[in-house]
Amino acid sequence: MSLRKPAKDQPESFEFNASSLEAANNIVAKYPKGKQQSAVMALLYIAQRQNNNWIPLAAMKYIAKFLDMPYIKVYEVATFYTMYNLSPVGKYFVQVCTTTPCMIRGANKLVEACKEKISENECELSSDKSCSWMEVECLGACVTAPMMQINDDYYEDLDKEKTSEILDKILNGETPKPGSYRGRINNEPENNRKTLTDLKNA
Amino acid sequence: MLKDQDRIFQNLYNDKGSDVAASQSRGDWVNTKEITEKGRDWIINEIKESQLRGRGGAGFPTGLKWSFAPKEVGSRPHYLVINGDESEPGTCKDRDILRFEPHKLIEGCLIASYAVQAHVCYIYIRGEYFVDGQKLQAAIDEAYEKKLLGKNAAGTGWDLDIYIHYGAGAYICGEETALLESLEGKKGQPRLKPPFPALIGLYGCPTIINNVETIAVVPTILRRGAKWFASLGREKNTGTKIFCISGNVNNPCNVEEEMSIPLKELIEVHAGGVIGGWDNLQAVIPGGSSMPLIPKDRCETLKMDFDACVEEKSGLGTAGIVVINKDQDIIKCMARIARFYKHESCGQCTPCREGSGWMWRMLERMAKGDATKDEVDMLGDVTTQIAGHTICAFGEGSSWPVQGLLRHFKKEIQERNNLDPIVQKKNNIPYLVDQHLLDKKNA
Repeated sequence: MSLRKPAKDQPESFEFNASSLEAANNIVAKYPKGKQQSAVMALLYIAQRQNNNWIPLAAMKYIAKFLDMPYIKVYEVATFYTMYNLSPVGKYFVQVCTTTPCMIRGANKLVEACKEKISENECELSSDKSCSWMEVECLGACVTAPMMQINDDYYEDLDKEKTSEILDKILNGETPKPGSYRGRINNEPENNRKTLTDLKNA
Repeated sequence: MLKDQDRIFQNLYNDKGSDVAASQSRGDWVNTKEITEKGRDWIINEIKESQLRGRGGAGFPTGLKWSFAPKEVGSRPHYLVINGDESEPGTCKDRDILRFEPHKLIEGCLIASYAVQAHVCYIYIRGEYFVDGQKLQAAIDEAYEKKLLGKNAAGTGWDLDIYIHYGAGAYICGEETALLESLEGKKGQPRLKPPFPALIGLYGCPTIINNVETIAVVPTILRRGAKWFASLGREKNTGTKIFCISGNVNNPCNVEEEMSIPLKELIEVHAGGVIGGWDNLQAVIPGGSSMPLIPKDRCETLKMDFDACVEEKSGLGTAGIVVINKDQDIIKCMARIARFYKHESCGQCTPCREGSGWMWRMLERMAKGDATKDEVDMLGDVTTQIAGHTICAFGEGSSWPVQGLLRHFKKEIQERNNLDPIVQKKNNIPYLVDQHLLDKKNA
């Protein structure tokens, strides 16, 4: 299990804005009547998006009321799943995969780059408070390892140099181009494709 | 090598685009109505005869699973749930189906829903695949527009709605009952079985849960016939499979190949060989991190299917092949996998919650050479105390890789770790320490 703690500084209140409210109502409609609790995970995401990438306790209370469920049940969900950030992570949240398939392709170099560019320790905001990084478990892009995720996007086939370039961009407030940094557009064997060759040449 | 026309996922590399028109040109959605008109018994029988086994790791026969759904719909509706919570280290096949072959999955959902009499289907996708999930959502929206979903979907007379539900970074939600808990808006902790989900599943209703790849191959099997599918591979290990080859190979890739293909062929032909040559190979994890590793000498002849891997005391799992060459420290590799399981244990059962962290801490010290002689045996003992003593298969999944390491690389561990703390009294070894004290410093 992983240890997760809510931030010390918490805002007093939280409310969905108009677009979040619309999105939330659309989500609730996906589930059968009386089973609105199923929407809690999606609503936590909506709150996280609205609130600059993290979920304050006030948002959990708000969602509990919204879905007519006990606050502690929302708290339980928010603290169980690791993708809910319980404290500020900055505008750009960098997650470096360091599980074995990435590790053996050199994920530690990516971690080094993060330490140099963002902050010495993981889960620590950069000096301008715009981003933070952490090591995460397998992100499911093992064939394009090593890789990392920044907000929603995957950055694959990296090395230390490319990672540093990407991090420089986000520190300048730019969003770098997602995808493979060796120019791959799919998971075919690079320059060694032996299958479905008719389609490729067609 | 499998002939190109026998590959199910023609668009695995996105040569032709993934919208409805492109999918139809590959044969999807062409005669869906004719398939469902043959009836649910015919569909389930055909899947049984094809000997399709679940592609999510456990390899349970799909046709048999479908036949567990009640024949008549009672007061409770039936549900179909698709498991796209692909989190097993080494596995990235479902992602390519979601983004490049979404219509194979959607059509499979329709046919499977018809077969098990479900009108609602939830596709559970891991939260990290948000972008790929959006691509699937776009495909679902297009299918609704073209009347392939919704009321009288694709002219079959069957009503079906498909909804995507995103996970939020919990590996355990790939376990089917934990997935249902998560879908119900709770933390993902597995349920006791029985009752099995086929009778009491989502919201207490009959629920069939299948992996993305399993459902995506169904339409092609029904079109080309169970006999064709069963003619590939070998008895009880039929058909094709997407293999993900990662780690120390020259060309890491996903490739669809025939079941029972030799591991060496996969690595040498498709993945461009081991970095440093075949002789530089140390071990292979054949089916995602839960499966015990297989050392080089056994890799020479290993055939990649369910039963052949079990004979090697491992398993095909998800067919996520992680190749580890001699440049890597094998103990460190396994210690990192143990850390993964320590991080992902849901905390419900004590042997797993405490044992996964214990194994990780011991392996970390063993990688550094800081462990004592008797700890090597203790490590083996801990694995046997976890496996088989937990609610779900996570207990096995976390201890099997460690058992595999002990089975094949015990000598390496022993050579590196020969401390004797009772005699030398030089090391303070935390045999039993509070998990959270360590978390503060390390995790």
